[in-house]
Amino acid sequence: MPSLSFAAPTSVDEAVKILAGASGMAKVLAGGTDLLVQLRSGRTRPELIVDTKRIPELIGIRETADGFVIGGSTPGVMIYESEALTRAWPGIVEGMDLIGSEQIQGRASFAGNLCNASPAADSVPALIAARATAVIAGPNGRRQAPVEAIVTGPGQTSLTKGEFIVEFHVPKPKPRQSDAYLRFIPRTEMDIAVVGIGVNVTLDGNGVCTDARVVLGAVAPTQVIAEEAGAALIGHRLDDETLAKLDAAAGRACKPINDKRGTIEYRIKVAGVLARRAAAIAFERAAKR
Amino acid sequence: MAKTHVSTSINGEPVEFLCEPQQTLLDVLRDELNLTGSKEGCSSGDCGACTVICDGKIVCSCLILGAEAEGRDITTVEGIAQGDHLHPVQQKFLEHAALQCGFCTPGFIVAAKALLDENLNPTEEETRYWLAGNLCRCTGYDKIIRAVLDAAAVMRGEAA
Repeated sequence: MPSLSFAAPTSVDEAVKILAGASGMAKVLAGGTDLLVQLRSGRTRPELIVDTKRIPELIGIRETADGFVIGGSTPGVMIYESEALTRAWPGIVEGMDLIGSEQIQGRASFAGNLCNASPAADSVPALIAARATAVIAGPNGRRQAPVEAIVTGPGQTSLTKGEFIVEFHVPKPKPRQSDAYLRFIPRTEMDIAVVGIGVNVTLDGNGVCTDARVVLGAVAPTQVIAEEAGAALIGHRLDDETLAKLDAAAGRACKPINDKRGTIEYRIKVAGVLARRAAAIAFERAAKR
Repeated sequence: MAKTHVSTSINGEPVEFLCEPQQTLLDVLRDELNLTGSKEGCSSGDCGACTVICDGKIVCSCLILGAEAEGRDITTVEGIAQGDHLHPVQQKFLEHAALQCGFCTPGFIVAAKALLDENLNPTEEETRYWLAGNLCRCTGYDKIIRAVLDAAAVMRGEAA
């Protein structure tokens, strides 16, 4: 095994320099709840680990005129303790909060969950549904990308050598806009999603949907924006006919695998059911705004 | 291989150690510092036997590198009692016989203490959710939950 080294830079520029200068495989460490497991199992054998938690920008939540800026390595416990973020985007907070135990919440982060690139990552669908963007630092400076542009396949991201996520920008909710995240697992806690779904809707004063984004997790190699499912909501109240169209469209967006948590047929069925339930919660929340 | 020099605080005492980059905080606690109260169960963050408090929040010490402990404030199960005076959670674990083999107990004690530091009046449901990251293969959990709720009552001054 090649020797491993560890760095804990205190600025973004320093981190970029260290990562870009690495000769072998370098891994970015956020909360470490996936990386340390992979290190121990030998699934990943980096030569360098760069801890991002000493960089002030990467930890914490700021409310701005445009919305929220969430440091990429901010632990789950700080996310769910943020009353402002929970009020604005309950679905985003639900997604993060569902990850692991209280102990895991002490470390797990949005950037880590996203860049680990699991199809079942619970914190990702609601971020995409809210049209969040990621700010990525790298040797060529900073760039901004929609969250859905980061994961390209299981364990694969579009980040290039020397790049890492600094922060996420989440827009401010519009009047009568809200969201919800639901996942289905075979028990009540501590498992990996069979299906996860983020639904983000905007209503007019009459309760008619004017904008919607439906994002599925764990049913394809990456998170899926179910365009047809979102379109099924727009122009409608949440009546039986709309729910039936949403259910069918969510199912059609799935390209799942068979595994021990569920068959293809089961996942497609569950995706439709969860779409109905998550939409009902998101509509109810949005109507109260 | 270059070792990292780490200065940290463990159970209120300044501690310095050298560790290799791949050593976890749990490895350091047990193998370098002889603090063997924290147990290695799964080494994947599932069982909670290695739970410690880091800057006020519970974490799995198997999922933290030793080098990450620099400048942090860490409490292990060895730091829960005050000298010979047991913490109410420890006392109630004894009274309720909330352990059998005892392997999971340090993690439960640390996690329960952190819960009661934040919330002296947790419901049974809140307590069960909080401790969901600690696995016990012997007790069936019920005595553990009773012990924690009883310790909370003691700390509120409501029970003996």
